[in-house]
Amino acid sequence: MALHRILTGALAGTILSSGALMAQDYPERSITMVVPFAAGGPTDTVARLVAEKMSTDLGQQVIVENVGGAGGTLGAGQVATAEADGYTVLLHHIGMATAATLYRNLAYDTLAAFDYVGLVTEVPMTLVGRSDLEPADLASLVTYVKENADTLTMANAGIGAASHLCGMLFQQALNVSLVTVPYQGTGPAMTDLLGGQVDLMCDQTTNTSEQIRGGTIKGYGVTTPARLEIFPDMPTVAEAGLAGMEVSIWHGIYAPKGTPAEAVERLSASLQTVLADPTLAASLAELGTAPSPATDGTPAALQAKLESEIARWEPVIADAGVYAD
Amino acid sequence: MDLISNLGLGFATAGSPTNLLFCLIGVILGTLIGVLPGIGATATIAMLLPITFQLEPVSSLIMLAGIYYGAQYGGSTTAILINMPGESSSAVTAIDGYQLARKGKAGTALAVAALGSFFAGSVATLLVAILAPLLTIVALKFGAAEYFSLMLLGLVAAIALAHGSILKALAMTVLGLLLGVVGTDIYTGTPRFTFGITAYADGLNFVALAVGVFGIAEILRNLEGEQDRTVLTTKLGSLWPSRADLKAMIAPMLRGTLLGSALGILPGGGAILASFASYTVEKRISKTPEEFGKGSIAGVAGPESANNAGAQTSFIPLLTLGIPANPVMALMVGAMIIQGVVPGPNVAAEQPALFWGIIASMWIGNLMLIVLNLPLIGLWVKLLTVPYHVLFPIIMAFCSIGVYSVNSNVYDLYAVAGFGLMGYVLMKLRCEPAPLLLGFVLGPLLEENLRRAMILGRGDPTTFVTRPISATLLGLTVIVLIVMLLPQVSKKRAEVFSEAE
Repeated sequence: MALHRILTGALAGTILSSGALMAQDYPERSITMVVPFAAGGPTDTVARLVAEKMSTDLGQQVIVENVGGAGGTLGAGQVATAEADGYTVLLHHIGMATAATLYRNLAYDTLAAFDYVGLVTEVPMTLVGRSDLEPADLASLVTYVKENADTLTMANAGIGAASHLCGMLFQQALNVSLVTVPYQGTGPAMTDLLGGQVDLMCDQTTNTSEQIRGGTIKGYGVTTPARLEIFPDMPTVAEAGLAGMEVSIWHGIYAPKGTPAEAVERLSASLQTVLADPTLAASLAELGTAPSPATDGTPAALQAKLESEIARWEPVIADAGVYAD
Repeated sequence: MDLISNLGLGFATAGSPTNLLFCLIGVILGTLIGVLPGIGATATIAMLLPITFQLEPVSSLIMLAGIYYGAQYGGSTTAILINMPGESSSAVTAIDGYQLARKGKAGTALAVAALGSFFAGSVATLLVAILAPLLTIVALKFGAAEYFSLMLLGLVAAIALAHGSILKALAMTVLGLLLGVVGTDIYTGTPRFTFGITAYADGLNFVALAVGVFGIAEILRNLEGEQDRTVLTTKLGSLWPSRADLKAMIAPMLRGTLLGSALGILPGGGAILASFASYTVEKRISKTPEEFGKGSIAGVAGPESANNAGAQTSFIPLLTLGIPANPVMALMVGAMIIQGVVPGPNVAAEQPALFWGIIASMWIGNLMLIVLNLPLIGLWVKLLTVPYHVLFPIIMAFCSIGVYSVNSNVYDLYAVAGFGLMGYVLMKLRCEPAPLLLGFVLGPLLEENLRRAMILGRGDPTTFVTRPISATLLGLTVIVLIVMLLPQVSKKRAEVFSEAE
């Protein structure tokens, strides 16, 4: 049995030393950051901003790869089965949590297939309307929508999109049912809102802030607990008494399950450095959002967020009876 | 005048040595990726995005824009030389351009395409500068009902794309519509005809379909009969258009520019129609419609102009509203945001140097493209003298890389193979791929807008005739149908084609 012990010892030694090597040398080559949406979209923009900063910190390029399709589940599925060596990560938003309910035949198990790196940012959403919609503020909008529920239309960027989820919350909060008009992405939905073809939409500040500033659409309220710096006059939904409508598009970075702990730690440390970088904060501020606090750039914070969000959205989606498969 | 001082600012910005350099890099890259079959502007711009972070916002956007319209120039090259369209617009160019090439007039076809593109690009750029804000208002009048009627008009007119039997053209259009249905239904989220393959959840890839039914099918046909190919390589013909050729291209070029500019401003996919619409119009009003499909100069000049004009005016919704009209524009939005310029209705007022600089650079870029492309024609045509058994594996390799690079999806490669086989069979059956492609491109838009219009109209179908723009378009559709179905017209049509066969 001596041989056995020597072998085991040697093996353990190799593993240990490779582990040590890993911690020291990781990353030795470029890292692929999969974004499960098309290039140019809001999530892609967040990813590219973060990837650029992380590249500097890690000393290796973090390359964004767009694997769009099926509401982000294709890209997530690809990372779930990617080699868990720390060189493939996923940057995904709230859809990671909602897809767990929206898609009843996911190719991966959302809670079991990933290791967590950390939270990146929470983008607020805004409730907006076409520029000539009658109500002037959120309080009168609430009354107006209740009175005209059978004539108003609400746009969204497709089944399961953030704008769809936020629209559901809005209608549930007001206990009304509006005609919902799905589009293929935010761009066409915004076009029709600008053209006055639809009445209402709830979308990320990334897409709406410039239009609100330009007066081409009306901004009624924000879905965050506090008002936004860029729109100090815009009330929060809670101020108007819309219960349970608080929602933000949180983004997190994931790695395939089984990624070496050293790699995850290094990525997480890098993320925390980046989150504290004022230049990132400045870029994100342009989009009406802010980096998550560096203390949330941790595996534990992301895991807690994902678990609570899955639990939160399950009943909402089930009540609405909308599935994306 | 405001316009003059604005344009002055624009040319001062775009004319700086750095910006000129990046404009040049952009158009060269664009031409190259346009020439490589399958590799599209979207994939290239996505790959180059990180590089642009280091540049000034204006320089990076000028370069990206250059790649986009440069690719429109380059895309026609492969369509003409090897019947391999990389984008929906060059699919139309392939119809007559490739026939010209087979007649030994590849140089003429390439020159006509380049000249048409330059003219259209210049005129459309001027339109963007003068009319952008006004055109935006018109574009926003287009709701779901209007788009539906526009797409219907496009589809009905598509029958003119074919030069064989109307029945076969109709069948091809319908087959295209059916293929376009594959993917997730956006209103219910239900996957349709995906056979459980999630990679097809967002539909079949256009590039895969186009490369398959046009390019791969053509390769199969060439391999089957090497004689055709020898004819092609021995008869290179003149490189330059004759005086008669130039005369034949002027009117189609003007009409194409007008049509393309108008359709390009519609953010909901109007630009897709530009080259198809131009081809239809040219064939309708041509004195020699029998030439179409057999190497007509007008069939290349019109669509190429329309396509390039549309490419320029599709910047209008982006620049004036911050709304991307197509995936390339969406990437430009991403590039702008990363540069700290959030696109929206305020860009022109807040960043005049950027706004007018991009517009001025488009004209400069178009000039560079024509200077760059005309001398290259001789080189491209020489490509045809490469022995086919050397050329076709290279084409296949580039196609595969290109198609894969669009979505990094192997199923797209299976689709290329499948559609290649299908294209070959269709060719044997004398069914033409162009109406199929148009059906495929327009089908999803047609369905999406039909259903959206019905949702917005609360199930009332009169919405299509009570909205004036929609009603006008539907009226035009009816007229086109009547003209096509009038017995004497179709009789004349049959005569024309039996003579030509």
